[in-house]
Formats: sequence, C-alpha cells, structure tokens
Amino acid sequence: MEVAVPGGGGNRGELRVTEQQYWTFRGGIHPPQHKHESTTRPVQTALLPRRLILPLQQHIGEPAKPVVELGEHVLRGQLIARASDFVSAPIHASSSGTVVDIGNHPIPHPSGLSAPSIVIETDGQDRWIERRPITNYTELNASALRNTIREAGIVGLGGAGFPTFIKLNPGPDRIIDTLILNGVECEPYITCDDMLLRERPEEIIAGSFIMRHALQARHCVIAIEDNKPEAYEIIRPLAEAHGIEVAMVPTKYPQGSEKQLIQVITGKEVPSNGLPVHMGVVVHNVATAVAVYRAIQHGEPLTSRYVTVVGSGVSRPGNLDVHLGTPMQDLISQCGGTPESVQRLIMGGPMMGFALHSTEVPVIKTTNCIIAADRDDMLQTHQPVMPCIRCGACVDVCPVNLLPQQLYWYSRAKDMDKIQEYNLFDCIECGCCAYVCPSNIPLVQYYRFAKSEIWDREREREKSNHARDRFEFRKQRLEREKTEKAARHQQKKAQLKRGTQDESGTDKNAGQETTIDATDRIRDKNATTDDAR
Amino acid sequence: MPLTTPTSPHVRMPDSVTAIMLRVVVALIPGIVAYIWFFGWGVAINLSLAVVTALTSEAAMLAIRNRPVKPFLVDGSALVTGFLLGLTLPPLTPWWIPVVGTAFAIIIAKQLFGGLGYNPFNPAMVGYAMLLISFPRQMTMWMEPLALNQYQPGFTDVWNYAFHGTFAGNTGIDALTMATPLDTLKTQLRLNHSVNEVMASNPLFGSLGGKGWEWVNIGFLLGGLWLLYRKIISWHIPTAMLAAMTVMAAVFYIASPQTYGSPLFHLVSGASMLGAFFIATDPVTASTTNRGRLLYGAGIGILVYIIRTWGGYPDGVAFAVLLMNMVVPTIDYYTQPRVFGHKD
Repeated sequence: MEVAVPGGGGNRGELRVTEQQYWTFRGGIHPPQHKHESTTRPVQTALLPRRLILPLQQHIGEPAKPVVELGEHVLRGQLIARASDFVSAPIHASSSGTVVDIGNHPIPHPSGLSAPSIVIETDGQDRWIERRPITNYTELNASALRNTIREAGIVGLGGAGFPTFIKLNPGPDRIIDTLILNGVECEPYITCDDMLLRERPEEIIAGSFIMRHALQARHCVIAIEDNKPEAYEIIRPLAEAHGIEVAMVPTKYPQGSEKQLIQVITGKEVPSNGLPVHMGVVVHNVATAVAVYRAIQHGEPLTSRYVTVVGSGVSRPGNLDVHLGTPMQDLISQCGGTPESVQRLIMGGPMMGFALHSTEVPVIKTTNCIIAADRDDMLQTHQPVMPCIRCGACVDVCPVNLLPQQLYWYSRAKDMDKIQEYNLFDCIECGCCAYVCPSNIPLVQYYRFAKSEIWDREREREKSNHARDRFEFRKQRLEREKTEKAARHQQKKAQLKRGTQDESGTDKNAGQETTIDATDRIRDKNATTDDAR
Repeated sequence: MPLTTPTSPHVRMPDSVTAIMLRVVVALIPGIVAYIWFFGWGVAINLSLAVVTALTSEAAMLAIRNRPVKPFLVDGSALVTGFLLGLTLPPLTPWWIPVVGTAFAIIIAKQLFGGLGYNPFNPAMVGYAMLLISFPRQMTMWMEPLALNQYQPGFTDVWNYAFHGTFAGNTGIDALTMATPLDTLKTQLRLNHSVNEVMASNPLFGSLGGKGWEWVNIGFLLGGLWLLYRKIISWHIPTAMLAAMTVMAAVFYIASPQTYGSPLFHLVSGASMLGAFFIATDPVTASTTNRGRLLYGAGIGILVYIIRTWGGYPDGVAFAVLLMNMVVPTIDYYTQPRVFGHKD
C-alpha cells in the first residue's frame, strides 16, 4: 500500500528489536468482545447539534477560565476558556455560533452533578478561525512544540484526560527509549481507536513523528490487540515503512492499562510509586497522536473526536466523528435509538466506564464510547450478592497481584491500616475481580469506598493537626504573655516601692497597685478577644 | 425517566456459587459410582440421608437466624457438605450416623460460625471427626469389598440394617465387616509382619492398594482432574498434598520397604484422592494465596502420612485438614504475593 504520510519528514527511527518478542502481564480476563457491532460501518460525521455544551473541565487538573462574554460570536477553534494552571487545558469552540450561556450544566460525571460550562448556539456554518499550520515542526524546539500542543487543548483521549504536553516533557536529563502508541482498546464494545487505525493511519504515524520529536524518543511502537486484524493489516506496512514497529499482542483485559502495556511491550515493570517516564517509556493513545498531528500541521485545536455509540438502545451502532459538546441524546438519535427509552447510559467501557444520570450530558474530550441500554439484559446486575467463599478467583485475575478478597474483608471491617498494608492504593480499579466473583460482590465499590474513607481521614487528620498546632501555639503565647506580664508587674511594683519609700503614706501606694492590676486585666481580655477572631 | 446508575464493572461473568458447587457434585460422580459398585447400596443410603439432613439443617438454621432461606439453600454448599460427609462413612452403618454427623457439620461447624463463607473449619470434616471420636465402633466397621464375600447383601438387606439394625439372612453383620486395608496394614505391621506378607496373604489388597479402594480413588482422581480442567479448583492444593504424601511415603519405603507401604499404595488408599481434590480444596477453609495453597496442601499431605503410619486412626485426612485449617490465617499472612511494581 502506497500512502504518503503527511509531514512524515521527522527523525526516522530504527526498529527496536529485530526479532519481535513481547511479554505478558499477570492475571486479566477475557470478557465477550462485542466489537463487531460498531465496526461494520465507516465512521460517520455526527450531525451538528443546535446547542453545544462545553464544560470547563474536560481533563485532569484545574478547570479552564472563560474568556468569552455572553452573546459573543465565536468561530470553530476559537479559544473560549484558557488553562488556569500548569495542570489544566484550554477549551475551544467546537463549532461557530453564539455564546448563549455560561453557567452550571449537567456534565458526564459519576456524581450526576452540574458544573460550569459554556453553551454555544450553533449557526450551522461551522466556520473555522484562521488556522496557522506549522509547516516544518522540526525547526521548532521541543518546548515550543509542547506549548502549541498545550494551546490546542489536547489531553489524553484514551479516557484519562491528562494534559498531553506534560507527558511530552520527560525532563532535561532523561532519555526516552520507547514511545508506545496505545491502540490496544482492551475494553469490550469500544472501537473508536480501531476505526481510527483503519481510517486515518497516516495521521497516527504523522502524529507519532511529532511526539517523538518532542520526546526525542529512540523507538516507537504502535500496540494493537489481535482482535483488530483489519487495523493491523492497514497500519503495519505503513508504519514499518517509517521505522515504526507494530505490536499485535494477544487480546486480554486490561492490556490497555499503561503500566500493564509497558510490561507487555518492553518487559519492564514500572515501580508502584514511579512513572513510566522514569523507565524511559512514554505511552500516548493513538487518538491523541492524531490530535497532535491536526494541531501542528493543520493548526486545528481539539474540537472533535471519534465516539463509539453502541448498546441495545441503538439500532445502528457505529462510530461517529463528534463535535465536542454534542449532547449524547443527539448521538443516540442519530444511531437509531430513542433517548427516552434508554434505561442505562454508560460512558467508557463496561468494565471501567461509569453510568450517567441523564442523556442530555455532552460529549467531552475523554468520551471514547457511550453504551446505551434500553433494557437490562446486557448488563446483568440483578443476581443476589452472596458471601465471599474465598475461592480466590479474584486473586487469579488481579493484574496487580493484589489479594482482592483480603482487601474486601478489611474494607468491610473498615480496618484502614490493614487495607493499606495490603496495598489498596496499587489497585487500578480495572474490575477484573468483580467480573469473575461467583458471589457477585461489587468489589471495586468497596475499594473506592475504602480509598475515599482513607482520603477523608487524612484530611481530618491534617485538619486536627493544624488545629492542635494552633492551640499549642496559642497556649505558648498566652504562657509567654503571662510571664511577661508578671515580670512587668514586678518591675512596676519595684519602681513604685522605690518611689514611695522616699515619700511616705502606704494608702496611695495600694491604690496605684490596683490600677496596674486592672490595666493588665484589660490587656489580657483584649488579647483573648483577638484570639477568638 | 431517571437512568439507573450502578457502579462499574457493568458486566459480570455468568458464574455463581451454585454453578461451582453443582460442578463439584458432578465431579464426584465417577468416584461415587465406583464406591457403590464395590461396596453396595449402603453408600447410596448414606449419601441420601446425609444430603437430606444437610439441606434440612441448613434451611432450619437459616430460618432461625432470620436469613433468607432460598438463596442460601440453592447455593449448593450444604449439598456438597452432605455429599462429602456421606462419602466418608462406612457403607454399612445405622441411619442415625449420617444424620447426626451431617446435622453437627451444618449446625455447629457452619451455621453457628455465620454460615456460608464464615466457617474456619471444613464442616464435613468436623462432622466426621465428631462421629469418629463419639462413635468409634460404628465408624470403624468397614465392609470388605462385595466381590470378596460370598454373601452379597442387596438393597433391602442394607436398608434393614440401616433402619432396623438387623440382617435378614443367617449371616451376622460381623461376617461382612472388617478393618480397611490401611488399618489392616497398620495392625499387621505392628505384629511384625512384613508388607509383602500382609499384602500377599490378605485378599483385601489389590494390585495397587486395597481392592476396590484403588478404583474408588481413581474415580475421584478423574473427577478432580475435570474440576482442574474446568478451573473450579486450582492445581496447587491437590498437587502439593499428593506430592507431599508421595515424598513422605517414598522416603520411608526406600529406607525400609518391608515396614512401610509404597507411595502408590498410599495414593490409592483411603481418602487420598477425595481429600486432595474435594476436601482440602474447600475454598472457604483453605489458604487463598498460591504459595499459601502449596504450603497448606503439603502440610495436609505430610500429616495424612504421619497419622496413617504412626497415629491411632485408620486414615488421617480429616484430622490433617482440620489441623491445617487452624493455620490458614497465618499461612495467608506470610505468603502474600509480591504486588506489581513493588520489590520483595
């Protein structure tokens, strides 16, 4: 296949290993895939909705700050909210139109709460701002490149939403050996990366060159599971022509988890408290690579993404190229479903995704898939919860090698010291343990509970430590003031004594002492009132 | 309409405690068939009585404890306890032996500790140990294999003995019963006979172990292998237990083949296979870490050999399992696996 890779003039790398050899990770499960349902049709463009709802926080970090006014006309790609901190990402208008509201709207979040969002009424023209492509990015230094990526609002599109520019910054002295592009997509149902690999392989490769330039990475590996043979056949010749290795590894959940994938591709085990970058490895999602390519070589900020729309609630499941901010119910309608009949809506995959409270919430940067179920048959949770029989099925599947049944036990007993001793915080909440549990125990829920309980306690402890410090400090100060007062008192007394010895008449003397006492008392009282404030 | 919002994961493997327990019962079938074939209908009567008692006691206790009866009755755990206990009893025994033993197992050893998942000791083995200590006469009157006896007791004979304590014919019960091969070997060895003498002179012994017993053990081995194949049990406990027994037996057998039974004899005698694949692997009372399972299984294997060879009881599986149950929490604590990303 002869395909020109746009802008592929970067540092052509050599293949990492001549003999391709991969590792595996412990545990894991093989849930039914349900992938073919959404891969039969090519990706379609989602209809432009009347209103776009763009939450200010679509990423890990601080929410963005609005820079537009109500009633302002904006163009697609125009900055509407700027990054407010280092770990933050700006938001851009995903189509042209008028800002009609800046306020709280329901967002896709497990809590079901609303959060500040900018609402744009679209004008239907989808007009772009003036785009400024960077024709030769190799002339830019890494820092300038990262800045452009930052300003394009790009975050990890695999679902985590961590600002990409930070993960493209290994630090001054670190050498990056391998850049892994994660196209594993190990969760059932989700196929947006699969479709991206099939339909836009050149852009993925072009994006990888840019990322590699920023990281100065020696090797690049695109990781795919063997349940995507079509994607593999398309991307492999193209990638290998550019010195990029394509690793097709046996399907196993949760292979797409960063540390597990690093182990599979490089054989390295990232330490519990360490980062992949410490091992000379950086992992980015394939969709993120495409977003980076669009941002650099087309000057387009992140305003759309591929979303898989699937589930028994839609009759024409598939993948859509969606403007960020599009309400999910519009996607459900476009895929042949009726939002009113949906009983359960999940964002993400069935293993780690979360259930949404409304079909009106918008697609955000981290929305890779929505599963709309119109009846509960697909997702069975009605079986009774039985006691743990210690069968150890959870132990066998835990990819982190924890003892899930012990964690469950200590979580129920609220023994928070013991549960940390059993490394609760290494749990990645992949859900393998709950998936295999014959007693149907919602194990992950117990771990989340324990984690938040521990965080609460930490906060409480910090608060009480702080209060104790303040109390101690005040006590010391009062003590000090008391001794100072006593000293002052003595001094004045002595002075008076000396004075009255010359004259005579002890009565006057006594009166003066009383006055001194009274003044001190008033001063004390004022000090106490100050404390109370 | 408000959407339902359960937490992840949203899919579950279609498996249940009931499915696991039923597969365990299915896996017992080859052993049970061999057992009935060689030792008659008494086995079936024991099993029926034990199962009925197990389910009745379970239901009654659940009702008394204000627990939902149906889900815990259909989970199949009481059924398995009934089967296992029934299989440990002598084939000819009064009806109240299985009933008292099973009721004790379910009520005292299981429900009083909190029911499914909360019992520290294997209920079937607690029931068996109680019976053995309390009713040693009834519990040690084992039948010789049917093929060895001229008189073949039919179903009605066994039924009458179980419920009325009488035999129809002129043959007394004593003509039918005798010590088990394991017991015989032990007593004869104490009388200074050599292993070869004992095995050659006594029709109880077959080519591998005790006549009949070898086939019963092979039956349970087949069922156990199927459980491994279906991933209901992990290989650690049975392998460690059988390996430990083999090593123990081999050491003594090589040192003195005339005074100790061979490793193969031990593997196919008594409750070796039933113990290794069905009793020691009871998830609730066994170790749960993989290294722990190896230790736990090996401990049982060593104890079984010690009790069989030098102890006062004919077989040692029950006591070995109960003793190892006691140390499970300690084993589990010291055999935690290395967590991903942590150093040892």
